[in-house]
Amino acid sequence: MSEAVLPTRVALVGNPNSGKTALFNALTGSRQKVANYAGVTVERKEGMVTTPGGLRVSVLDLPGTYSLRARSPDEVVTRDVVLGRFAGEAPPDIVVCVADATNLRLVLRLVLELKAVGQPMLLVLNMYDIAQRQGIRIDIEGLSRELGVPVVTTVAVRKRGLEDLLAQVDALVAMDRPRAASLWHEPSAAEIRQSHRDAERMLRAHVKPPLRPDTFTGKMDAVLLHPVGGTVILMLILFLMFQAVFSWATPMMDAIDASFVWLGQAVAAYVPDGLLRSFLADGLIAGVGSVVVFLPQILILFFFIILLEDFGYMARAAFLMDRLMGVAGLHGRAFIPLLSSFACAIPGIMAARVIDNKRDRLTTIMVAPLTTCSARIPVYTLIIAAFIPDRVVWGFASMQGLVMFGLYAAGISSALIVAFVIRKLIWRSATEPFLIELPAYKVPDPKNVARGVLQRGEAFLKRAGTTIASMMVLIWFLSSFPGAPMGATQPAIDYSFAGMLGHALQPLMAPIGFTWQMVVALIPGMAAREVAVAALGTVYAVGGQDDTGGLAATLSQQWPLATALSFLAWYVFAPQCMSTLAVVRRETGRWLWPVIMFVYMVALAYGAAFLVYRIALAMGA
Amino acid sequence: MSGARLSDLSKGDRGLIKAIAPEGHDGPGEIGHDELERRLLEMGFVEGAQFQILHEGLVGRDPIALKLDDMRVALRRREARAVLVERV
Repeated sequence: MSEAVLPTRVALVGNPNSGKTALFNALTGSRQKVANYAGVTVERKEGMVTTPGGLRVSVLDLPGTYSLRARSPDEVVTRDVVLGRFAGEAPPDIVVCVADATNLRLVLRLVLELKAVGQPMLLVLNMYDIAQRQGIRIDIEGLSRELGVPVVTTVAVRKRGLEDLLAQVDALVAMDRPRAASLWHEPSAAEIRQSHRDAERMLRAHVKPPLRPDTFTGKMDAVLLHPVGGTVILMLILFLMFQAVFSWATPMMDAIDASFVWLGQAVAAYVPDGLLRSFLADGLIAGVGSVVVFLPQILILFFFIILLEDFGYMARAAFLMDRLMGVAGLHGRAFIPLLSSFACAIPGIMAARVIDNKRDRLTTIMVAPLTTCSARIPVYTLIIAAFIPDRVVWGFASMQGLVMFGLYAAGISSALIVAFVIRKLIWRSATEPFLIELPAYKVPDPKNVARGVLQRGEAFLKRAGTTIASMMVLIWFLSSFPGAPMGATQPAIDYSFAGMLGHALQPLMAPIGFTWQMVVALIPGMAAREVAVAALGTVYAVGGQDDTGGLAATLSQQWPLATALSFLAWYVFAPQCMSTLAVVRRETGRWLWPVIMFVYMVALAYGAAFLVYRIALAMGA
Repeated sequence: MSGARLSDLSKGDRGLIKAIAPEGHDGPGEIGHDELERRLLEMGFVEGAQFQILHEGLVGRDPIALKLDDMRVALRRREARAVLVERV
């Protein structure tokens, strides 16, 4: 076999909202690898494509930026990769600058900055169909001549212009021009002004303004950015989102649940009674099944988040929420990391990289795990299904949905209150400037939305398949060994390691109404919040309870209502997620922050659970 | 009228950007006036650009959203103070 030739490296650079990721998806299709850059947690997306000339090309989708002056960790990655300074990352052979053809002003300035880097480069005018529809006339040849780089047009979502783009890559490689020495340095204000003037001159010479400008964005904004109406609409969207997460997912979840039950029974039918059967059916299948069952909700939540992002609404949400966030001492941009934290605190904490100011960023990171991540959904749904009646209130809302909404509200308001305490009482200083582009609204491309949703789902399943499954095996082991002595009167788990640990810690948790089984479930629940559900399932199934009626039915018999409510309150605040703490360590570079986070969240959780339990008892629950 | 600051204008007002002249922003934890100037410039707040204020936030009419040449940008009034404008 001949030695494989190293692929040509192409890096995609562009302003945010230029359709860069859509172009990346169109070029590389399913041949993508999503990982992290070495040493940092910025998402690294790479894909392969073959040019018409038969060249193998690896395409790197770099974080969006307005300049190479790198104001956030994401932009540092873009700058360092482009400049070839990033350790472990070979410099790109070709820089492809992706532009929104309807919005060229800022990107032309970026092109001028990129040119100074000296690599062969290429400008792609994406969303060219929209530009044509608006009657924007672009003199491609003139622009190309003036910039000194090839210019191609594409419509990424329709896969138009991709051949042209790749042919230009072939041509640039064929020219085999030696890389010029980089003349790039951080531009001064005067240099930025000069490049603006150059870009302005090119725009005047080669781009005719739209004959039919986009009026849709203006009309939409009149409604969506209305000070009162817009805020009401934002709240309605969030409310709808969580009702959908709760009700749409149910049929799919039932189906997944049924198939895992069937699998468990099938295994039980073929494997003789004993340790192996217990391991497979009670440990592995039940454990993984109780996590996979929440995939539909995670997919639905990400579906909404990605849809709103691609539509262009997220920047509007930041605009509407900036003042509210400001009251809590946060930046409007913190709204997006916090909203992402509704799916999972880990991407949320990572998304806090878009906040340039260190203290703003740290504050956002510290409160992100308080927002209701999707891993809490399994716990919430289980307890709600077991204890909250399935009734319609006020003629339209499901009572279970309302309780869910309340738990979400508790999460976000506690995040804001804690942020307020940090920013207004501990770190008193001015916040970061709020300065964002409001992109034109666009109809989201179903394929890009689907790809984004599937990538999130895959990441969740990988976690369920590895970390969580191994935790399940561990808890099965802890709750099966040592076995019950001869003539035991209690369920076997009472004599196991998990039982011992649960009993040992239980006095600490007794004031908040926790049983030892709950304490046992919290221990593996440190791996990830949803593990507690599987752990409760294991604890109760192994503990010899009725396991045919479902976990919810078992719990509703075993727990008083006050205990169930206390457990919910605990889960609003408790830092039941090692991965979050590990990511905070990685993002902040010190153990100090995860330690502080752990301590303050445990304190909040204990306090809240204590209050809820005592109040519920006093009210006779 | 001339010599106004962008931060003093209201919804519907339009004009031209005369200068970017940040003062302050140099306190502890702040980005500094030079950095603010460059960020504003990179976002398209450059001398000669046309603008119109389109929207104001609910509380304290802050932040503001404006049409700036052919794009839409949002910022807080606090930063908008650095933008000197001429109303037309």
